[in-house]
Amino acid sequence: MIVQGLAFYMFAAILVASAVMVISARNPVHSVLFLILSFFNAAGLFILIGAEFVAMILVIVYVGAVAVLFLFVVMMLDIDFRALRSGLLRYLPIGGTVGLILLVELAVVLGAWAVAPEATTGVAAPLPPPEITNTRAIGQLIYTQYVYLFQASGLILFIAMIGAIVLTLREREGVRRQNITRQVSRRREEVVAVRKVPTRGGV
Amino acid sequence: MTNLLVVEYLPILIFLAISVAISAIMVGASFLVAKQNPDPEKVSAFECGFEAFDDARRKFDVRFYLVSILFIIFDLEVAFLFPWAVSLGDIGMFGFWSMVVFLGILTVGFIYEWKKGALEWE
Amino acid sequence: MVEFWNGYAWPTIWIVIQIVAIIVPLLVAVAYLTYAERKVLAAMQLRQGPNLVGPFGLLQPFADGLKLFAKETVIPSGANRVVFVAAPMMTFFLGLVAWAVIPFGEGIVLANINVGVLYLFAISSLGVYGIIMAGWASNSKYAFLGGLRSAAQMVSYEVSIGLVIITVLLCVGSLNLTDVVLAQRTVWFFIPLFPMFVVFFISALAETNRAPFDLPEGESELVGGYNVEYSSMTFALFFLGEYANMILMSAMTVILFLGGWLPPLDVPPLNWIPGPIWFALKIALVLFFFLWVRATVPRYRYDQLMRLGWKVFLPFSLVWVLLTAGVLIAFDWLPK
Repeated sequence: MIVQGLAFYMFAAILVASAVMVISARNPVHSVLFLILSFFNAAGLFILIGAEFVAMILVIVYVGAVAVLFLFVVMMLDIDFRALRSGLLRYLPIGGTVGLILLVELAVVLGAWAVAPEATTGVAAPLPPPEITNTRAIGQLIYTQYVYLFQASGLILFIAMIGAIVLTLREREGVRRQNITRQVSRRREEVVAVRKVPTRGGV
Repeated sequence: MTNLLVVEYLPILIFLAISVAISAIMVGASFLVAKQNPDPEKVSAFECGFEAFDDARRKFDVRFYLVSILFIIFDLEVAFLFPWAVSLGDIGMFGFWSMVVFLGILTVGFIYEWKKGALEWE
Repeated sequence: MVEFWNGYAWPTIWIVIQIVAIIVPLLVAVAYLTYAERKVLAAMQLRQGPNLVGPFGLLQPFADGLKLFAKETVIPSGANRVVFVAAPMMTFFLGLVAWAVIPFGEGIVLANINVGVLYLFAISSLGVYGIIMAGWASNSKYAFLGGLRSAAQMVSYEVSIGLVIITVLLCVGSLNLTDVVLAQRTVWFFIPLFPMFVVFFISALAETNRAPFDLPEGESELVGGYNVEYSSMTFALFFLGEYANMILMSAMTVILFLGGWLPPLDVPPLNWIPGPIWFALKIALVLFFFLWVRATVPRYRYDQLMRLGWKVFLPFSLVWVLLTAGVLIAFDWLPK
């Protein structure tokens, strides 16, 4: 138990510290790298509460995919980040409000206050027996009991895909593409002609 | 239960610490042992003998950006498949068809991007 | 005191001993993989290969390592120092930590976690960072282009690797690597899932930036790619990390498709040989294929590479996942 407690405080401390670094680092690439570090520590916290599947998915999806995109973006866009930073004070009220709302929500959760106490008990599925791993337990629920939400997430992914293409795809002019079917289906007769050339006559 | 589960992860944490330490020692020791003698020519960026023209970090083709967005989407799809593959025996026919519908929606998107030429690379 | 010793100190020391027992052979294997690569390539090109340092050139990898160790660590003036040095370290330690969950034999595994397959998948999806960071931090055009290419390439093949893993999981019904191996007691998965085995092997080549997918290094155009600016131990760590990743991918191939530590047939002369030795032999076989491919196949063009990943492997493996699931359900062969 002591090890677990130590691990918790270590992960939590690094998580908070790197989250602070994300918003205070001068270089945007450093911000993203600190973001990755904080994802890792969040994964560590998930493991400590026994949610190993969620922890691994956090690493695979957020660190392995989303943060790569972030890195691409901050590396790609030629934004002057100093100019952006000078707008910090302007956005402070909005940011402050969002932070405050989150803080109040957290306080509400900690105070164990709920609008309708009976609602939460009705929704929660019974805990699976310990010999079933939590990956399996998730699998037994999302594809059957929560099928509509599952399909809705499919639709969201679909929209994201279409949106990404609509926003970023630019048709480029004058590009010669390789047409593999045409290349492969070319026959010898179509492209090679054998001619008899008389000596000194030329073609 | 939870405690047992966490115990399995402790070696990974120690392993991580040891490998980070090893790599740091390897770089650090070499840095200390070997003779360091930098000069302006040596530490300039390599560009086939030219002076470097400008800063190397520049805008690049938006296609890389598109590839990584598509990767996120398919990675999420794979993330949804993991619990499905493990528990297919418990959820049976209904679970199978619900995944078929899910993949069907994404296949429509995939066909769209194929037809739009988002997967072309020139 | 005694309680502290028995409860905390001794288990920790025992874990450290086990970790050392994994890392040291692994590093030796990496060293000799570079040697084997040169020898195999030499043999395929009717050359001798390294043969001067020690008997049959066996000490060559150590000579190389020592040479790199004694070189100057050049950090380019325009580089971002911290990220520049962190990038090779990241590549190297990711290549090592993945081994924490690999089962070397029945019960011979450091961390027998429930989600071993996901852990490996996660680690391999992180491999891209070392390369992007190196490409960006070097502040050199070649390194930057190489890093970008490599990132897009690894990311593209990650998807098909994921789908192939799903197919195997359908036949296993667990994410635990030991269970994956034990599920192959009747038949190794590369027989029923042969097309997936091929897709996995080719994706593994692309994922480790090996020939014929070694465009990020493309020495003819990018003069070495993301590691142009590296020297000394920072370069060596990239090199070691890459080869450790190759061994890791081979180990994954063996676990997912070639029955892990299981002998080919469970009959007396074969099952006397202990599991870890079978495991090592199979990894060596897969690695030989890696080297063989390098000696034989010319390099891909970048558009061909992306086409293969997105237009061939992705739809093909997606269809195969559904096909496998359908067959397993129809014949009621699903693992319970």
